[in-house]
Amino acid sequence: MAKKPSTLINMLVALLVIAAVSGGVLGLVYGVTKDTIAQVDQKKNEAAIQKVLPLEGEITYKSDTMQFTYEGVDMTFPCNLAYDANGNFMGAAVKASEGGFGGKIDMMVGFLADGTIKGTDVLSHSETPGLGANMTGKFKDQFVDKNPAGFKLIVKKDGGDVDAITAATITSRAFSKAVDKAYQAFMANKAQFMNNAPAKEAAPAVEAAPAEENNETEGGQSNE
Amino acid sequence: MSNNLQTFTKGLIKENPILVLLLGCCPTLATTTSAINGMSMGLATTFVLVLSNIFISLLKGFIPDKVRIPCFIVVIASFVTVVQLVMQAYVPDIYETLGLFIPLIVVNCIVLGRAEAFASKNPVWPSLLDGLGMGLGFTFALTLLGCIREFLGSGSIFGFGILPETANILVFILPPGAFICLGFVIAIVNKLKKESH
Repeated sequence: MAKKPSTLINMLVALLVIAAVSGGVLGLVYGVTKDTIAQVDQKKNEAAIQKVLPLEGEITYKSDTMQFTYEGVDMTFPCNLAYDANGNFMGAAVKASEGGFGGKIDMMVGFLADGTIKGTDVLSHSETPGLGANMTGKFKDQFVDKNPAGFKLIVKKDGGDVDAITAATITSRAFSKAVDKAYQAFMANKAQFMNNAPAKEAAPAVEAAPAEENNETEGGQSNE
Repeated sequence: MSNNLQTFTKGLIKENPILVLLLGCCPTLATTTSAINGMSMGLATTFVLVLSNIFISLLKGFIPDKVRIPCFIVVIASFVTVVQLVMQAYVPDIYETLGLFIPLIVVNCIVLGRAEAFASKNPVWPSLLDGLGMGLGFTFALTLLGCIREFLGSGSIFGFGILPETANILVFILPPGAFICLGFVIAIVNKLKKESH
């Protein structure tokens, strides 16, 4: 096999041409798939909201973000706020994440206006199949309809109320902590959402926030 | 023609990249937790392998010897990104499970190995066959491993439950199970090869 001799010029030209053509092709493919990818992401997001916050009647969702300081760290939580036809604040689906055993666990947690958990869903994770990955099954269902005011979001082993997955305590802890983050952020921020309704009437008062919130809930609500 | 046929079939068993050449073991061990994952990974790699072989074979007269590896990598990386974007758009579920391993096809030694060892020395048609054969051999090995591990570890094949949950041997879904399975499969293939000679 005769090898093509290398000179500075032909090396430069070859690399340049190949890189330029590749770049062009990638740009083209990106352009073609961009919309579909965005659609898929959006659908996934909507499906997750429906799953964690199933509400009856005509509901308008509004996406927003919440600022909250959790254990001394400032965090931003993307969330979707749900309002009914009269503009009453019905609840929110809050995204939160926490490092698990195999990597980050991204979750979405649905809360009713009083803080009751309506549902949880794992958006992405890299836990061990057969162990931590089982959190998407029965484990997450135990959170449904619980109000963290009377349900400690800590695994039983550590003195809380959450039944951990056998042989996957780290995952269970991370899951509970992510839910706890979402809960505390939600409780600290929900007051502003109630007055922030897109429609006419002001929302009626809901029960006061559970006393369980600790002093970290001062919530730096610095709107940019 | 028989020569071309041989080029195609050698990747399937005789020079199977996983079971005989032991190339590209990283994705093999990592993605074969279920049959469908193994097969998807195999097919994604096959696609990249065929296209990169074709293009490298076409470009072999144009690429100077000293910069051939960077050129190959750019070509391969482009196809991998194409696969990644297409999968993300049209099969998001599989993309999510394979996630990280799709971009890693770039550094899969089978792809660069075939480019360097075959496509850069042969015309387009044999290069295509070589890529296809190697790719399908890779897919076959990954699907086989995926089936075994899924059957033993989760009691199902391609998601169809066969065994009750109590019969699952969890270790087969975990990384050690991948090594154990691969070891046994390679041993069996070696035995069969020896006997057929």
